[in-house]
Amino acid sequence: MKVKVLSRNPDDYVRETKHDIQRVPRNYDPSLHPFEVSREYTRALNATKLERVFAKPFLASLDGHRDGVNCLAKHTRSLSTLLSGSCDGEVKVWNLTKHECVRTLQAHGGFVRGMVVRYCGNSFFTIGDDKTIKQWKMEAPGYGEEEEPLNTILGKTVFTGLDHHQKSGVFATCGQQVDIWDEQRSTPIRSFTWGVDSFSSVRFNPVETELLGSCASDRSIVLYDMRESTPLKKVIMTMRTNTLCWNPMEAYCFTCANEDYNLYTYDMRHLERPIKVHMDHVSAVLDVDYSPTGQEFVSASFDKTIRIFSKDDGHSREVYHTKRMQHVICIKWSADNKYILSGSDEMNIRLWKANAAEKLGVLAPREREAVNYTQKLKEKFQHHPQIRRIARHRHLPKNIYHQKNELRIMKEARRRKEMNVRKHSKPGSVPVVSEKEKHVVSVVK
Amino acid sequence: MESINDVKWLHTEHMYAVAQKKWLYIYDSNGIELHCIRTFNDVLRMQFLPYHFLLATASATGFLQYLDVSVGKEVAAISTKTGRLDVMCQNPHNAVVHLGHPNGTVTLWSPNQKEALVKMLCHQGGVRSVAVDKTGTYMITSGMDKKMKVFDVRAFKPLRSYFLPAGASCLSLSQRGLLSAATGDIVQVYRDVWSTPVTKPYMAHRVRGLVWGLHFCPFEDVLGVGHGEGFTSMLVPGAGEPNFDGLDANPYRSAKQRQEWEVKALLEKIQPELITLDPTELAQVDRTTFEQRHRDRVEALGFDPLAKERFVPKFKKKGRSSAGGVERRKKQVAHEDQRVSSYFQGSRQRRPLR
Repeated sequence: MKVKVLSRNPDDYVRETKHDIQRVPRNYDPSLHPFEVSREYTRALNATKLERVFAKPFLASLDGHRDGVNCLAKHTRSLSTLLSGSCDGEVKVWNLTKHECVRTLQAHGGFVRGMVVRYCGNSFFTIGDDKTIKQWKMEAPGYGEEEEPLNTILGKTVFTGLDHHQKSGVFATCGQQVDIWDEQRSTPIRSFTWGVDSFSSVRFNPVETELLGSCASDRSIVLYDMRESTPLKKVIMTMRTNTLCWNPMEAYCFTCANEDYNLYTYDMRHLERPIKVHMDHVSAVLDVDYSPTGQEFVSASFDKTIRIFSKDDGHSREVYHTKRMQHVICIKWSADNKYILSGSDEMNIRLWKANAAEKLGVLAPREREAVNYTQKLKEKFQHHPQIRRIARHRHLPKNIYHQKNELRIMKEARRRKEMNVRKHSKPGSVPVVSEKEKHVVSVVK
Repeated sequence: MESINDVKWLHTEHMYAVAQKKWLYIYDSNGIELHCIRTFNDVLRMQFLPYHFLLATASATGFLQYLDVSVGKEVAAISTKTGRLDVMCQNPHNAVVHLGHPNGTVTLWSPNQKEALVKMLCHQGGVRSVAVDKTGTYMITSGMDKKMKVFDVRAFKPLRSYFLPAGASCLSLSQRGLLSAATGDIVQVYRDVWSTPVTKPYMAHRVRGLVWGLHFCPFEDVLGVGHGEGFTSMLVPGAGEPNFDGLDANPYRSAKQRQEWEVKALLEKIQPELITLDPTELAQVDRTTFEQRHRDRVEALGFDPLAKERFVPKFKKKGRSSAGGVERRKKQVAHEDQRVSSYFQGSRQRRPLR
């Protein structure tokens, strides 16, 4: 009697030779794959734990400077070149793939205050404590030739900051006032002043290339338009800003690194309150740089740590520190979004990974798929308490850990006092001032 | 020779657990005794939860114990206080253990609670057998009152009730929804027990001895019957799942594939704390915690940071701000007052005006 039952031919399910790959028939029916949420949760938990296991961000230390590194400059055309200026006037050009110094030149007598590479990548400018602006060629001099600057401009006062225009042959310096220079002239084509005696840094906007921002010593940030003759507006804050950096993707946003341990992201159209206050450092923030995607930025602080923030998050997502790294003076995010370069007080430049647990190099297609899958899983379950606890956990040096706790207790105490004052006074007499507005004193047009 | 109460395969074909007269033993596929677990005594029934690597055992003393076979630890020992536990089955959809009792109740257990999750009165006599389908929707029970009932196990409501002249001592459900019931030495297979009322069996077969146990083979159209005279396998067309998934349970896997699968399954082993009646609970939005934290924040800050400010219509110049005009503009946003979401009912405070 013929009975129709399931009969499988093993030839359809087993591989022919041992040199073939195994056959894997799939059936995506959810009743064959129960517990999908629990299993994905367990996978996300394992992925988060493994991310912490593989989080080894430090790559290399570039040794060679004989004094603290004062400024870094990214090469505009080459990803593997870095320029650094130190406190004894030395400028070194590094090859990042080989971790070695390619060229050294004695640029200035005192500190190298600022450096910037021209947009074409063929030359770079440096300013120093000896009141000069020098332009150098990017190629090393030939055999037997001396290191000579292409151009030297002597100024009347000390220059403290330098930045170059993105598209045309114009650069800006700041010192006692903000000057706009044309490369062919030896006097500034325009000078901006606003009753301040010193500026600490100046930056061109990478998107709206005619706009500039500068940090002044009277706790203010001044914005300029190169096409106008007077500054645009300024915002006065409670403490002085050290540097600012424009967002390379958003034309009107910039982040400034302040002395009061915070970073502020402003929209230049509405300077009366910052978009976000980024708090996590325990000492003055010295430098800030944006990632080329414009979604994150990295900050260097006097408290010997580097922190990576997301642009719309008030707290850092990552902190890098080493026992050997002392006060971090300057920081740069590489143009391929993968590396962070930090120059610090103890004459070393360190190369870090931007994503601490990322595997560098070319990934096989299956590897890449697995990485994308685990990344998506971690994002899906990121709010669950156990996963959040593991993902957030970072080791901090003891003094920074204690300092952070102390700052938190102080902040709590101030807030409690304000609440009590508000509770026991006439309703409406003590207004609620949001955290963002607390740090801005005034905006002046 | 010792009497054996139950046998169950563990996660691979290399290990199986045997509930012998006194204790629980685990053997290798070569017959070598691997473990003798003395803390599990008088075990009558066992169920293996594959995705949690848990062996759930029901004992004659009324204890329900869970053993994690990957680590070798006893996860939970629950004293059910309901007497001898003879009837046991698992819900493959949410890993909840169903126990049947002589007073006609079926209780649902999870290793996280000392009491039963649910107690259902199913039969007027004792419960003889329980089976749950693979999607976790239907539970079929048979009792001493010669009835076989189909319940919706998610809503805990009875759906159908059939009268069997001799009652069913064992039940087994196949992957495609075929139900096999054994009475005495006759095995009957029914098709579609829950959707359409069944009048006659799909198949019936008489075996030589009294039937003790039934089990459908996972991906084949075969029903295995254990009876007094030995073992019989019955061909039942349409019982097995024709398309298996190669990454989950693959009958044609090689040794290498089995090793890879075992490692991945152990990595994805679900913790017993996640066994609940609804397996998708983890993916749902946790509203209660959000409300609690919102209430705490309001208390700490003194005001509600999520409350919107009162709408104050802008004063327009050149006489455009007449009383009627202002009222008209206020009316346009009047509905927002009534749109208060239920989350913030208790904690809404207006921000004090500056």
